[in-house]
Amino acid sequence: MAKSNKPIFWSLFAAGGTLAAFLAPVLVLLFLLLSLGHAPAVLSYAGLHAFAAHWFGKLFLLAVITLFLWHAAHRLRVTVFDFGLRQDSVVAVVVYLIAAAGTITTALCLLRI
Amino acid sequence: MTQLKKRMVQLEVLRYDPEKDTEPHFQKYTVECNEEWVVLDALNAVKETIDPTLNFRWSCHMAVCGSCGMMVNGEPKLSCHAFLRSYEGVIRVEPLANFPIERDLVTVADDFIEKLKRVKPYIIPKEKKSIEQGEYKQTPAQLMKFRQFSMCINCMLCYAACPEYALQPKFIGPAAIALAHRYNLDSRDGGRDERQEVIATNEGVWECSFVGACSEVCPKAVDPAGALQQVKVASTIDWFKEHLLPGGAK
Amino acid sequence: MSRKPYIRQVSKTSWYLKQPRYMRYMSREVTCIFIGAFALLMVCAVERLSQGQAAFESFMAAITGPWSFLGLFVILAFAVHNATNWFNVTPKAMPVQIGEEFLNGKYIVGAHYAIWIVASLVVLFFAGVM
Repeated sequence: MAKSNKPIFWSLFAAGGTLAAFLAPVLVLLFLLLSLGHAPAVLSYAGLHAFAAHWFGKLFLLAVITLFLWHAAHRLRVTVFDFGLRQDSVVAVVVYLIAAAGTITTALCLLRI
Repeated sequence: MTQLKKRMVQLEVLRYDPEKDTEPHFQKYTVECNEEWVVLDALNAVKETIDPTLNFRWSCHMAVCGSCGMMVNGEPKLSCHAFLRSYEGVIRVEPLANFPIERDLVTVADDFIEKLKRVKPYIIPKEKKSIEQGEYKQTPAQLMKFRQFSMCINCMLCYAACPEYALQPKFIGPAAIALAHRYNLDSRDGGRDERQEVIATNEGVWECSFVGACSEVCPKAVDPAGALQQVKVASTIDWFKEHLLPGGAK
Repeated sequence: MSRKPYIRQVSKTSWYLKQPRYMRYMSREVTCIFIGAFALLMVCAVERLSQGQAAFESFMAAITGPWSFLGLFVILAFAVHNATNWFNVTPKAMPVQIGEEFLNGKYIVGAHYAIWIVASLVVLFFAGVM
């Protein structure tokens, strides 16, 4: 049997999982604060726009969003399989397309800021 | 002489006679056991005093041969390693999960044996030496690198625990891939590329989703789950080298 | 003597309900649904951010409120569950050999928790929360 091409997706899963482990909780916490209406000044349109306008902000947002998306996509592929939906090729195409769409949207929007 | 404490033990054993049955069925036995016995002793007491037709594999009775794997109350265990004092009430004994039942508690292990052979579990020397040239030398540190993964006794408990093997019988499985990893890590070995052709496939390590049940049930603390993750990391580095470096440098 | 091996069927849809360790595994795996949902939420945020103040502020209004808080709290719980499980298994995937001994996993795990705390504090500081 030929060697698998899963490594590329697995490495994105692993990188995204590591980044999500370190950063997702605190980022969710920030959104949680926003949902309470208790946002500090930095988390306003002005503050966030300034952050995203800076090259570091763009890099940070693109890296975090992209890796979270591809981590979730690959893991969802496996999880759906575990839940009994075994059409792996179809599921793979669907999840990776969503991740790709999210990645491209983020990149294009960040370029406009 | 101290009195040996006795205990009446109730076993519910899955029976299957291929010549008579269309399906397996449970049979109950009540047998007198010594308090310090293991499930294997109880089975032998049944065979010797109640039902000589009961079939099961065993050999060393000390958790080194790997012969007596079976499901005890739904958990993969070596029956010589499952102490009666750990169980209350009726003890349910079934053949090892995820393998076809040959007869009673005896399973067909052919699939596992075939997979073991497939991963080339032997030293393929980096540089062949004749007898006159002397031994292949190895430092204690080089030995420690793979030693843990050499402790496998081929008991197949990990295959019984692995849900991915249950759902996809083509999966090469924890023990076989951990064994391939043992040889890949051996400083005397040069056969990693050959083994990668077998284990870096979709039915090799990439069927594994790190459930970790294999390591939880392993009686020898081999940690096959850890071995498989290490194989994933190594295979991923290989993949990037093959696809990104000019000439697919290794 | 004839052989007729019997193959026991395993349910493809309910196997994980049969053992607590399988349920624990599934609880780790489903964190991806929440991480993925959060990532898509961030995509929306960035999209609205690029569309100007009015668009972004209507997004902020949309994520304010009790239902939003509840949803985000659930996401937070699964994000933490993912983090703790991720850190705990890292030593298995990347063992560190020093001489003839292996570095005790607890140092690797401990280092991850330390980095987690520091990274979180840094983000909170730059977000003006601390």
